[in-house]
Amino acid sequence: MSVLSARNLSCEKQDRILFESVSLHLAPGELVLLRGENGAGKTSLLRILVGLSQAQSGEVFINGINVHDDIAHASQKLLYFGHKLGMSALLSPVENLRFWCKQHQLRVKDEQIIAVLELLGLEGLDMLPVKHLSAGQQRRVSLARLWLSEHSGHSNLWILDEPMTALDIQIIAQLENKITAFLKQGGSVLMTSHQPLKLEHPMREFTLEYRW
Amino acid sequence: MSMLSVLTSFAKRDFALAYRQRAELMQPLMFFVMVITLFPLAIGPSPEILQRVSGAVVWVAAILSLLLGMERMFRDDFMDGTLEQYTLSTTPLYAIVLVKVAVHWVVHIVPLLVLSPLLALFLNMSLPMYVALIATLLLGTPVISLIGAIGVALTVGLQRSGVLVALLLIPLFIPLLIFATSAIDSASLQLPYGFQLGIMAALALFTLAAAPAAIAYSLRVSQN
Repeated sequence: MSVLSARNLSCEKQDRILFESVSLHLAPGELVLLRGENGAGKTSLLRILVGLSQAQSGEVFINGINVHDDIAHASQKLLYFGHKLGMSALLSPVENLRFWCKQHQLRVKDEQIIAVLELLGLEGLDMLPVKHLSAGQQRRVSLARLWLSEHSGHSNLWILDEPMTALDIQIIAQLENKITAFLKQGGSVLMTSHQPLKLEHPMREFTLEYRW
Repeated sequence: MSMLSVLTSFAKRDFALAYRQRAELMQPLMFFVMVITLFPLAIGPSPEILQRVSGAVVWVAAILSLLLGMERMFRDDFMDGTLEQYTLSTTPLYAIVLVKVAVHWVVHIVPLLVLSPLLALFLNMSLPMYVALIATLLLGTPVISLIGAIGVALTVGLQRSGVLVALLLIPLFIPLLIFATSAIDSASLQLPYGFQLGIMAALALFTLAAAPAAIAYSLRVSQN
């Protein structure tokens, strides 16, 4: 069974058709890299796939559940990483991640959160409000969810929208290793990236053409 | 992990955020206090006139000050992407928004109730009027928070939506204002006001039942 299955998706924004009749399937352990120019509709497609936006036509199933009929169940094993960080700038990294874990009913201790933050080069910054961190550091805090999610076996599908933006080379390498490890465990990944990927795993490319 | 424990974590987060933005939280409260303290100065010191208008003044000030702080209810979560995570959460969105509205109510209304004896003194309210005022505020302000949350959820994606929210919501608060001030007027004349409170309680229960689903739906539409 496909982890993600999308059929005949169409999307129109401000009288411009972004894409039409897009079908996409993702098997367990598969990595798909979504490519396309700026404005081609990559983010719109990802938001439709996770159920945050409605398509003009078509349907999406995650783990066999129609996303637009039952988003709560469909997203049970999904981790979506969008353009926005998904955390409050007024709370510290530990507070944000602790809350995220509780929200997803993950039993994770503060020590484990701190260990992941240290792994991502954020030692000593774990109790500082996120607004005081640099853009790259904020991105790392947000990415820590991948480590925590994988650690507790919470998800089998990662949908990542430009996860490498604002990251330095070492963290990008760590992220690539993390994605590879997740894929080897049978997880599936659909992601966009404008940077070349160095993953030790077969990768399928799916391109959206820019349409006027 | 039980649903209650998850929802408690949502409440704790919102209380923590409210505490860290306490300067902004003070603005609606200061507005409320300023309106009520300026009124006696504007209409003169006559105790009869003050008593006559006191219920209406407190209620109008309460509605306007609550509207002032309402815009923030979902805006920060929308801007930083937390709302996307809520939508993708296994916890039902209507339960999450109900917790958020409850926290908003506690954070904005409890200080107002604490201050109200002092304000009642400014407006020369009698004890029965003050009791009626507290009863109407306890029954009416949850309705303001819940209906207000629908308006805020519908406009969360718009820039400078404050005026639009006010235009959308103020007509909806008119029945509440009429019954609340009528109850306080009845109390000033030593008349029973159970009927008015009954209507307000019915409004509160109906809103409590219907609004969370409407807020959740509005937030989904706004994110589309």
